[in-house]
Amino acid sequence: MARYILGRLAGLVFVLLSVSFLTFFLMYNTPGGPFDEINQPLSPEAKANMMRKYGLDQPFYVNWWNWITKAVQGDFGISYYYPNTRVIDLFSKYWGSSLMLGFLSVAWSFPLGVVLGVIAALKRNTIVDQIITTIALVTVTVPIISLIFFGIAIFVIGLKWFGFNNGQPLYQQPPNAWVLPAFIFGLGTVGALARYTRSGMLDVLGQDYIRTARAKGLSRAVVIMKHAMRNMLIPLVTVFGPVLANAITGSTFVEIAFAIPGIGRFFLESIYTRDYPVIIFTVIIAATMLTISNLLIDIAYTLIDPRVRLGGGH
Amino acid sequence: MAAQNPPVQGASSVHAAARGAIYEYKPLSPAQLAWRRFRRNRLAIVGLIIVLIFVFAGVCAPLVSPFPYDRTNLFKTWLPPGRDPAHVLGTDELGRDILSRLIWGARVSLVVSLAATGIVVSLALLFGFLSGYFGGVWDYALNRMFEVIGALPGLLFQILLMLLIGNGVLQVTVAISILGWPGLARLVRAQVLTYKERDFVSAARSLGATTAFIMVRHLLPNIINPLIVAVSFAIPGFIAAEAGLSFLGYGINDPLPSWGKMVGAIGRYLSSPNYLYVGVIPTVALALLVLGFSFLGDGLRDALDPSSDRARL
Repeated sequence: MARYILGRLAGLVFVLLSVSFLTFFLMYNTPGGPFDEINQPLSPEAKANMMRKYGLDQPFYVNWWNWITKAVQGDFGISYYYPNTRVIDLFSKYWGSSLMLGFLSVAWSFPLGVVLGVIAALKRNTIVDQIITTIALVTVTVPIISLIFFGIAIFVIGLKWFGFNNGQPLYQQPPNAWVLPAFIFGLGTVGALARYTRSGMLDVLGQDYIRTARAKGLSRAVVIMKHAMRNMLIPLVTVFGPVLANAITGSTFVEIAFAIPGIGRFFLESIYTRDYPVIIFTVIIAATMLTISNLLIDIAYTLIDPRVRLGGGH
Repeated sequence: MAAQNPPVQGASSVHAAARGAIYEYKPLSPAQLAWRRFRRNRLAIVGLIIVLIFVFAGVCAPLVSPFPYDRTNLFKTWLPPGRDPAHVLGTDELGRDILSRLIWGARVSLVVSLAATGIVVSLALLFGFLSGYFGGVWDYALNRMFEVIGALPGLLFQILLMLLIGNGVLQVTVAISILGWPGLARLVRAQVLTYKERDFVSAARSLGATTAFIMVRHLLPNIINPLIVAVSFAIPGFIAAEAGLSFLGYGINDPLPSWGKMVGAIGRYLSSPNYLYVGVIPTVALALLVLGFSFLGDGLRDALDPSSDRARL
């Protein structure tokens, strides 16, 4: 177990080095730079000075390596656009809104998706099943920008139930500001979970031990709750990681549409101002969250289900 | 496959073939069987029709669109649908005909998603074959690439890439396909691993078949069905990705229309419900096309993989 985790952590280091290298390559080769003011351009000498100050006269791989050596010491640099502000401070300012949006959306969509999936499986081939599977398919496939537009058109402009955000952090706002974004953002998860649960439940219900339990005379309710549900829930652990990672890092469209000051929106602003330290930090944080959540899920999976062996069975 | 032949008791396969010849019994080909199963699924037929309509609109865009997509008319801005018979779906803030932009948007959407599918399938077949068949270094390399690409935050990375290579149809296609292939490559790899040690492959090899021959004649036919199903579910994802990037302004270049761009452009005018139709129309089209493809995909899965649970519906 310890050896496996160490191996995976080594893999994580490789992944983060590659991701940061790719990001530096893209950033530094992109047309335009952080000190290309259009309205009040710097004099060439001043600009060259700034570039030298931040090491931008060096090739990207030199900057990448400098960044790595500082990052391992916990120093992620200061923002170009907001001078004298640490990237971490800026990030933590916007972090809360994204975190809240992600947790809210998962909190309602994950349980609902599981319940709908179980109902669909139990009522298989009935009209209930067909309605649930169709709704699930629609919420999974319709792009988030369509869902957002429908949501705004119906609930904000048509019914006037909700408003847009006023730019303050989400957690300082009344429910009026976060109910609709959390609802729209969670829709895709409901559908995905319902589909996943339904097929998992059908698999379990077709197993011999379910038939045995029924044959022993146990009631349908007991068999479903004690035998089927437990085994159906195990594979759900594997989806929880990606769902959570997406919930925290994937809300860019919702943040843009509802003017929520979250990480996704801040990332787009930083791209606009070519604020390299912020860009690389956001990408690395998102990549770390994705990989670590996958690792934790794999470990949790073996703890729940002893049949699963880590690392190809040695 | 054996199930297609009529049960012939006590007869060797030679006799069975002879009887088939006498009674002129024609077994259905796998494709015919799949089409039969597909036809029974009403939703899949609806999906197919939706997709065909959009494909027709996209292919014939220069012929069927009433106006050029970039023709502005500042005397006829913000015409609601149905007000002017010349502009059936109305006009936008610059007086451009929305129907024409919708039709050209379908073309853009389909070109990007289908081209991305082509790229993704080629990469997946190439790397899936190499790592599944030869293993070793190829397997290791594929796994590392899979890990790195899987860890990239998709949208953020695509935006960075688009900044570097610039807006455009080809660029969007590249940006969305680069992150999309490892999953399919793993699928191909798994299929290759399943079949490469089977007797029919060993037999072919012992008869002197080359690796390329085995890949094309023996392994590819066994990969193609799951691949088709996976691809039909990937296409809606590509359509959504293109629309999303264009929505944010990092997608299709002006003046070419894109549904995502049309939805994004309405953001400034959301204060008045009178302008909503400009956003509603491309949003509905986007949802329809994506749903069409996934209904089609569901039908294809049931038709091509009868063991999947939906086939029993």
